[in-house]
Amino acid sequence: MLSYIIRRILYAVPILIGVNLITFLLFFMVNSPDDMARAQLGAKQVSPELIHSWKEARGYDKPLFINYESAGIQKATDTLFVQESLKLFSFDFGFSDANRDIGSDIKERMVPSLAIALPTFLIALITNISLALLLVLFRGSVLDTSMMILAVMIMSISGLFYIIAGQVLFSKIWHWVPISGYESGWDGIRFIILPVLIGVFAGIGAGVRWYRSIFLEQINQDYVRTARAKGLSELKVLFGHVLRNGMLPILTGVVVIIPSLFMGSLIMESFFGIPGLGSYTIDAIHAQDFAIVKAMVFLGSVLYIVGLILTDISYTLFDPRVKLS
Amino acid sequence: MSKVISIKWVSILLSISIFVYADVWNNPHDSQKVKTDTLFSSFSLPPKKLDPVISYSMNEWAIIGQIYEPPLQYNYLKRPYTLEPLTLTTLPTIRYLDKDNNEVEEDSDNVMYSEYILEIRKDVKYQNHPSFVKNNTGELLYGALDKESLEEIETPYDLSKTATRNLYAEDYAYAIKRMAVRQNHSPVLDSMLEHIVGLEKFSRMITQIAKEKNQNHQLLDLRPYTIEGVTVVDSHTLQIKMKGKYPQFLYWLSMNFFAPIPWEADMFYQQDALIAKNITLNWFPVGTGAYYLAENNPNKQMRLLRNPNYHTEYYPTLSKEEQAASHVPKDLLKDAGLKLPFIQEVIYSLEKESIPLWNKFLQGYYDASGISSEAFDQAVQISTSGNMGLSQEMEEKGIVLKGSVQPSIFYLAFNMVDPVVGGYSLAAKKLRQAISIAQNQEEYISIFMNERGIAAQGIIPPGIFGYEEGEEGTNKVIYDWVKGKRVRKPLNVAKRLLAEAGYPNGISEKTGKPLKLYYDTTATGPDDRALMDWQRKQFDKLGIQLVIRATDYNRFQDKVRKGKAQLFSWGWNADYPDPENFFFLLYGGNASVDTNGAGINSSNYKNTKFDTLFTQMKTMKNTPKRMQLIKEMTEILREDAPWIWGIHPKSLALSHQWYQNVLPNDMANNTLKYKRINASLRVKKQQEWNQPVIFPFVLLVLFSILMGFLLLRAYHNRQKMVIYKEKQ
Repeated sequence: MLSYIIRRILYAVPILIGVNLITFLLFFMVNSPDDMARAQLGAKQVSPELIHSWKEARGYDKPLFINYESAGIQKATDTLFVQESLKLFSFDFGFSDANRDIGSDIKERMVPSLAIALPTFLIALITNISLALLLVLFRGSVLDTSMMILAVMIMSISGLFYIIAGQVLFSKIWHWVPISGYESGWDGIRFIILPVLIGVFAGIGAGVRWYRSIFLEQINQDYVRTARAKGLSELKVLFGHVLRNGMLPILTGVVVIIPSLFMGSLIMESFFGIPGLGSYTIDAIHAQDFAIVKAMVFLGSVLYIVGLILTDISYTLFDPRVKLS
Repeated sequence: MSKVISIKWVSILLSISIFVYADVWNNPHDSQKVKTDTLFSSFSLPPKKLDPVISYSMNEWAIIGQIYEPPLQYNYLKRPYTLEPLTLTTLPTIRYLDKDNNEVEEDSDNVMYSEYILEIRKDVKYQNHPSFVKNNTGELLYGALDKESLEEIETPYDLSKTATRNLYAEDYAYAIKRMAVRQNHSPVLDSMLEHIVGLEKFSRMITQIAKEKNQNHQLLDLRPYTIEGVTVVDSHTLQIKMKGKYPQFLYWLSMNFFAPIPWEADMFYQQDALIAKNITLNWFPVGTGAYYLAENNPNKQMRLLRNPNYHTEYYPTLSKEEQAASHVPKDLLKDAGLKLPFIQEVIYSLEKESIPLWNKFLQGYYDASGISSEAFDQAVQISTSGNMGLSQEMEEKGIVLKGSVQPSIFYLAFNMVDPVVGGYSLAAKKLRQAISIAQNQEEYISIFMNERGIAAQGIIPPGIFGYEEGEEGTNKVIYDWVKGKRVRKPLNVAKRLLAEAGYPNGISEKTGKPLKLYYDTTATGPDDRALMDWQRKQFDKLGIQLVIRATDYNRFQDKVRKGKAQLFSWGWNADYPDPENFFFLLYGGNASVDTNGAGINSSNYKNTKFDTLFTQMKTMKNTPKRMQLIKEMTEILREDAPWIWGIHPKSLALSHQWYQNVLPNDMANNTLKYKRINASLRVKKQQEWNQPVIFPFVLLVLFSILMGFLLLRAYHNRQKMVIYKEKQ
């Protein structure tokens, strides 16, 4: 398995170089270093000298891919692309264009993002699987049909509606929890309840429908009939057999997103005042802060690759027939 | 069984503990702090630059204005805006010198230099800060920090020791030297190079030294270097020598760029180990102001605490005449003569979205709020006569509405080098005048701004010297004065002017084709469609076809700088309350196309007479003679019409009844020290407005129990049914 993981990590290197190259191309196609300097320095009173010194201080005065003024290998290495990319591969994200250490910022903002994303993910997973199993238990009944209609309705409404409606109902009208805010530690639970509940509720429609379809595929299998024939209760059949055998497709969809939980949720964090990573990239794009954009795109790609590797590994844990080689 | 019961009890206790946590359940703040003189405010955009030589935006000034103290400040109550000493004993003494440095009269033709002498107060001290702590040998205790010693440190205040020291003239000189270092990217350096004697030479030298020091990983101490025009006369006297006359320099002396920087702080924050932890002067300011920044987490919260070393300062007093002239209500004078500041702590929380911010304000959890477009109808009602007042809901809550016309202008500019709309021929003028008449600003203000603005009559906004009310201040090219009111000229006047310009009914006499104009804009979102439709309609009234060229801000700026945009909208917010700060936007020497895009005159307007008058006017004091020149300049601009004189926006702000001494002041940034909080009233109202509604919770629990019971029964029935079926 180790050799498989090493091979996958090596495969990741060209992918990451490619992602980085595309980020460079797309970003600099829209923003020139002069535009970036103006965005950082403000529109008023910006002289060409000021722009030049700003670019020089951040290395944006260098050419993007080929430095014709240098000789030999430096033609390729003394460029913005190589200088900035090499640092990324050692996870040295450097400083943002506003002179903040990006690594420190990411570490700091990851925790609040996780504080919302992790409980939402776990509660949603448990709730959706339990509800799906419940519907499979009562399949074909009025409960099943009405819940499926409800699930489609829940899916059809925008997540933003749940956020605003949740804030109005639970905080503005019933005064149960704060509308928004964040505190670390136990004191922060009161701020987390509402976004987590809304996150779980907003995803319940799609989640339940998907898990239900997975479990329905299993419910008519021979091994289920055998389990019933052994005299097991329906609950034991569902949780002990159907759930276990349905894990493989569930893992495919679930494990891959675990690493990206660190990246947070843009809308949820904005509306609930959560100081997480959700809006970090978007804010950086608006501010034309290339240092943050490239760091976050790189990090996102790394986490996605990690997610895929974890998914492969998790198969071996739940299905002994799968071997990584 | 016992396990099930214990889980149940833990859940019940957890729920109860959350709900009884505070007196009201939905309070987002520390319930103890709500009872103290703490102001709760918010920010939507995290300030990025708190270094006073760099910072150049309103959201940053709102913070550093409370921390740093430049030599002068604006009187909080007096109108028109009046400068007064802040850290000086009196306003600066100004001497005028000839080329041989002999003193001459102010109005002498031989004035080559003006010398500003600043006498600094001796009772001003900095906030407590670790950079001031020294060891037994007199060296900075925290002058050589390494990574290991900072492992547990997140802010400079985590270091165990802090100290303070007095403010000296050298600190102001040090700040000017910091401004001159190119690597610090001060946005005003290039302006100041033109004015402060020797600054240009110094800047070149110090920038090179800074570069070398940086390459060798050495700290840069600016004390040994001197600027020719900046002299530290003694510990509390500073002399700044300017080229020629530059009366606006007094206004600059009230801005953050001239706030003092202690060398200890500069050296402290240059250490690599601190920079790696985001602990820099840009994030943790060191000032002498009424407050210091105790916490700076731009992703979540910023916290100002009262500076225990703050010098003596009193709430301003006004004579009866001044009170009447400034239109100051009586309740704003009840604290006159009392020692400042009143508020002990300020907590700014990040609120990116306007809806939660507005709801929290209504719940009493923010002490003040602006009015977003979504909340406008809920907050404000406009009477049939056009007067603005609070809605009944707001009045019942005791909320107070304060508004002021901002010293800003938003305009639609013609590119004067454009062959169609530009130029100075009579026909070109008439074309621009016709379009200006057709562009109904009053309608725009009503539809798109909820009446939050006034139609501009010229370049100068209200509150700035040179602005005139009534018939005197009316732009007669666009308006008529009818029965004591301004009335926009009828459309047929515009059509006549258009015909005289060579475009009868919008058709070019030369080509026989309809006149097509191009409007560059960054308004590209779906919300802007209505605005663009309205804009097209204004031109369509004259038969002119308007082509909207939507573009991103970078391209837009680029086109404007290069003089490639034909029509475009832009705005200007005053740096200081002087007409020079507006007229220079149209001074020929600042034309964008002639200055490689660096000039501020983006419509590239050039009029020799206007430029001559501007040169005369800019160095004058606010005298009747200056007023006369301003009138002449305004008339030239109205006639040439290089801009459609758009609007001066009105800012509206709401505050709760417990937030007192609130007076809009668009020039001063350090107004927090005058404000007051009635904390007991706030607590009372918060309790009153936020009592939790319990019954839905009880219903929810009962519903869950019922559902659980029904499902359990259904399951048992189903189990039996399965067994029965299987038996059969």
